[in-house]
Formats: sequence, structure tokens, C-alpha cells
Amino acid sequence: MSALATLTPLQKTMRALRNIPRGIWRFLKLMSRNKTGFLGFLIFIGFVLLTTVGPLLVPEAKSADILAIYAPPCTFKEWRVFARDAWFKGIEVSAIEESGAPICTKHLLGTDSQGKDIFAQIVHGGRDILQMALLTGLISTFVGITLGALSAVIGGRFDAFLTILADIWLTIPRFPLLAVLATLVKLDNMLMLALLLSFLSWAGLYLSIRAQVFSLKERDYVEAAVALDLGLWHIIFSEILPNMMSYIAISFTFGMTSAIYAQVGLVFLGLVPLTRNWGVMINLAWTQGAIFFKDSVYFIMAPVMSIALFQLSIVWMSRSLEEIFNPRLRTG
Amino acid sequence: MSETAVVNKAPPAQGQMGGWIKRITSHFLVRKAARALFTIWFVTSLIFFLVRLMPSNPIEVYINELIVQYSLPYAEARDQAASLFAIDLDAPLHEQYFDYMGQLLRGDLGTSLRSPGTSVMSIIARFLPWTIFSVGIGLLLSFALGVLLGMLMAYKRDAFWEPLVSGAASVLSSIPNYIVGIVLLVYLGVYWGLVPIHKMRGSTTPGMQPGFTVEFIVDIFFHAALPILTYVLSSIGGWILSMKSSTMSTLGEDYVTIARARGLSEGRITTAYVGRNAMLPLITQLLISIGFVVGGSLLIESIFVYQGIGYRLLSALSTRDYPLMQGIFLMITISVVVSNLLADFVYGWLDPRVRIGGGEK
Repeated sequence: MSALATLTPLQKTMRALRNIPRGIWRFLKLMSRNKTGFLGFLIFIGFVLLTTVGPLLVPEAKSADILAIYAPPCTFKEWRVFARDAWFKGIEVSAIEESGAPICTKHLLGTDSQGKDIFAQIVHGGRDILQMALLTGLISTFVGITLGALSAVIGGRFDAFLTILADIWLTIPRFPLLAVLATLVKLDNMLMLALLLSFLSWAGLYLSIRAQVFSLKERDYVEAAVALDLGLWHIIFSEILPNMMSYIAISFTFGMTSAIYAQVGLVFLGLVPLTRNWGVMINLAWTQGAIFFKDSVYFIMAPVMSIALFQLSIVWMSRSLEEIFNPRLRTG
Repeated sequence: MSETAVVNKAPPAQGQMGGWIKRITSHFLVRKAARALFTIWFVTSLIFFLVRLMPSNPIEVYINELIVQYSLPYAEARDQAASLFAIDLDAPLHEQYFDYMGQLLRGDLGTSLRSPGTSVMSIIARFLPWTIFSVGIGLLLSFALGVLLGMLMAYKRDAFWEPLVSGAASVLSSIPNYIVGIVLLVYLGVYWGLVPIHKMRGSTTPGMQPGFTVEFIVDIFFHAALPILTYVLSSIGGWILSMKSSTMSTLGEDYVTIARARGLSEGRITTAYVGRNAMLPLITQLLISIGFVVGGSLLIESIFVYQGIGYRLLSALSTRDYPLMQGIFLMITISVVVSNLLADFVYGWLDPRVRIGGGEK
């Protein structure tokens, strides 16, 4: 204590900064305890990088190319031949354009019905979905915690009213209602959509958080803190919240996955106009004949697989998060 | 809690009456039913107003269609549209609302705007059975398979295929159901060309006579095959995982150990002691999910062009057919509420502890 007190603010910051790598290392070590969870975490990070750094590296697919409509990606053999040629004849990768190399080498995942590069569309089309999922997860978790904690602490009429409302809310068919609301609210900006989605999903989260707070309120250590008169602030943030972290992490990831489900579903049905994202790609591929042409399989499968993989990575990642915040689950 | 407190405060003068009221209002069934009715009313009203807040209205949409299709001038199109629609959309909102509620109480859902002369009830009666059929078969199949597989996995935790199955289950349970549907359609129908998807559209082959004939039954299963497969695949993972964990925790219970000690046969322990108890929480989940899948059928049915209630709702949405939308929402809400109620009762019936505990509250 005394050693810390003698440090100047600058030294304190330096010390804190030095602790960051160690913190990250510890976090990674904890994450990797659960193999599936760690895999999910890696895929998740991969997606984040793809959609944040990717657009800087991969140029946007703007121009249509009628010579390359529905060009399939290279087969393994074509790649091998290309790599051998490139190695022996010394073709620079940047000079593929003029080299007369097969068209498939220019398009990692093939091209769509207009000859645009699918991979570039995937790279540029993920940011919307990721941002919206994170935003919805944050808002709905925040609302759930606030309402749940308030309800459990205040109790009485307030609590009874909210519980009944939540019970009713849970029986409202969400997706059809969303389809109606989507036409009502101008959904061209992301915040509105995120608010709408979290508005629809507050009830489940509220009920589970409320039950958690209720059960934690009765624990011995909380009662001890109350008896010691440590203050409401201390009780909520130092005694109750840390014990709910695994719950909060899970509900955060759950909020994310259900947001993606709803958003992509709405876009697929053509109810929400959003520019270039994976949902729009599925919609386009669908309406432009994915159910007629074999060739368009890459066009529709690329966004479909991205969404499936991203959802999976979130669900898997949540297992690791659960273990980190709930040490009792850690094994070995 | 609060209800009993209020009743206790009732003046003693009421005496006998108060006791009666208290007994009725505090009864488990009555409270549940009252809440169910309230929910239905709440959602119906919410939808009534939301639907009217949607931009554009059925007449506008129809006028636009007339203009685009027959290139009519606006005035003529408007007159045609106005003569077609019997509903007075200019009436004050509260009048429309009370009219609608009055109709509902008499069991009348109104008539569809876009198919004049057809009552909403008859449209629902034509489309709802297909949704119930496909969703029902799909859920029952996935439940039965999932429970069996989940139990098997809890018993054979050391088998080499166990991680494979639970991996597949966790993948299936986290992928959205419409993604499963699209993948099925693109690969089975288009890429490999294994199934004739264009013949499978709709809920029956046109001209097929309904009846208890082999032909008809084969036909409806042929048309519902892909939606059912989608429902099975997208929900089986969840059943497998929850049945596995439920069975594993049941296996650790004292009564199972004692049953073993008593020398009961393994088969009897599996069915009567483990299976029955492990399935308890899943049965309520099944009932609840029935209600929700009816609402979620919107996407699956529009992918496979399967003419169920979700498919019809989507087209009613785009033409702004108010009465039809309201009617379909009412049906979906009723199915959710009823399946929740059923779940409550069935759970109380299966698990006596809940019944007794519930009575004390």
C-alpha cells in the first residue's frame, strides 16, 4: 500500500500499461482451457479482423464483368498448376491480371450473377452484421441488467408489474411482430434496428437476471455486506455483479445470436433495406436464381456459410466465457 | 402474494361472498386462464394498432398494383379500389377498434380485403392445417430422435462417436433454421439435383382430392418433406444436448443408485427411473416450442413456398390486408398461449412436486 502511494501518477499508468499484456495472456490462457470455446473465440476474432481490416486490403467489388459471370473458384488441381507456373515462370502475384492465368485465380470464392467477386462482397458485407449484433447485445444486456436488478431491489408493485409484463411479452410471436415493425420504423440506420431488436428481446433476459439477483440477495456474503453497511454501490458492484458475470456474458452472446437471426431473416425476406451485407447477398442470390442454376451455389453458399460459422463461433465462445466467469465450472 | 394480501384486506362484512371470490381468484387454473385471456387481448390490440400504423394501406397498395398492371389513370384506379373494399379506413381509429373487438367477441374475424368475399376464418382454415401438420410432425420426430440419441449418448459417454454426435448437435443447434433450409434446398434440390424441388412447392399437388387415400397421404408428405426435414435438423441438436445433460444428472440421483442396489433390471431402470425423470423438463420445452415454431414458420415456408400460415402472413403483410394479418396474428398468439398453458398443466400433472408447491403459493 505504502509502496503504491509513493508512486507518481505517471509511474502508476506505466505499471498499469505493463500489466495489459500480462492480462491479455492470462485471458487467453483461461479461454484456451475449453477447446471448443477457444476455437469459437479464434473464429470470432477471425471474423472481426476480416470485417474490420479486410476492407482496407480487399478492394470493393464494384464493376460488373460479363465475361466472368458465375465463375467458380479454382479447384485444388487448378491452384496447384497455377502455383507451379507462378513458381517456375516467375509470375508476380500482382501481375495476375496480364499473365493470362485462369480466371479463377482472381476470384477466391468465384463470382456472382454479375461477375463481381464474391470474396470481396463477403469482406465488405460483414461489418453491418457484426456491428449490429454487438450493439444489440450491449443494449439488450444493459436493459436486462438494469431492469432485473432494479426489480429485485425495489420489489413490490414495480416488480410484480414488470414480471407480468415480461410474461406476456414472452408469448408475443417475435419474428412476425418484427416483420410488421420493420415496415413501421425507418430501419436504414443501424441504431434503430438494434434498439428495436433489443426492445423485443428484453423480457427473457430481464426474468433470468431478476431471478439471479433474487437468489444472490439471500447469500451470506451479501447479507454480511449489508450488516457491515458497505453501501448499495459496493453491494451491487462488488458483491452481486461479479457473481453474475457468467450470466451476463451468456446473455450478451445470446442477444448477439438472436439479433443476427432476426436481422438476416428480415433482410432475406426483403423487409429491411440495408446496403451490401451478407443477408442482402443471400436475398440477391435467392431472387436471381440460386434455385435454378447450379453455378450460383458459391454466390449463395458464401454468405450462408459466413453467417452459420459466425453464429457457431459466438455460441462456442460463450462456453469459454462461462468458464472464465464461473470458476466452479473450470475443470482440471 | 400481492393478490392474497389484497383479498385479506377485504372488509369482513362480505363474509361468505369474499371467501368465494378468494377461492375462485386464487385458484391455479383460473389465474392462468385469466392471464392467457389478457395476453390474447393485449397482443390483439397491439397488432390492431401497429398494423394501421404501417406506412401505406391496402387501398394504396391496390391502387399502385392497378396502375402498374393495367396502366390505369390514378383516379380510375382509386374508384375501382374504393368500390372493392368494404372497410372504411377513414373512420376514427377507436371506432374501428371497437367494431373489430365486437366482431371478435362474436367469433367473426372479418373478411379479407384482397380476396373479397372470403372470410378470414376460411383462409386460416385453409392454411393453418398445413403449418400444424408440418411443424407438428417435424417437432415430434426431432423430439423422439433427439431424446433417444441424447439418452444413448449419456450412457455411452466413452464411445468414439460420442464427440462426433455432440459436435454435430452443437453445430445444428446454433445455426438459424432458415440457413438449414437454404442449404438443404440449394444442395439437395439444385446442386446435386436429388429432389424435384419445383414439384414439391405448395402443400399439395394441384387437383389432388383430399381424403384418406394412400395417394393423398403420400402427396402431402412429399410436399412437406423438406420443411419437415428442416424443422427436424434445426431443432434436433437442442433436444440431444438437453436430454444428454438431463440424463447425466438423473443418473447421479440417489434413487437410481438405490434401484441398482435393489437389483432391478437395467432395462427397467433405464425406462422407468432414468428416462421418465430425465424427460420431464424436455416435455414442457416441447410444448412451448410448438407455439413458437408456428410463429417462426414464416421464413421456412417462404423458402420452400409451402402454403402454410406463415407464407400467407407474408403475402398479407405486403398487400396490407389488415383483417387477414390480424386474424393470423390472433391464431399465432392463441397457439403460443395455449401451448404455454398446456406446458404448465402437463408439468404439474407429470411432476407432483410442482402441483403441491403451486398450491401453496
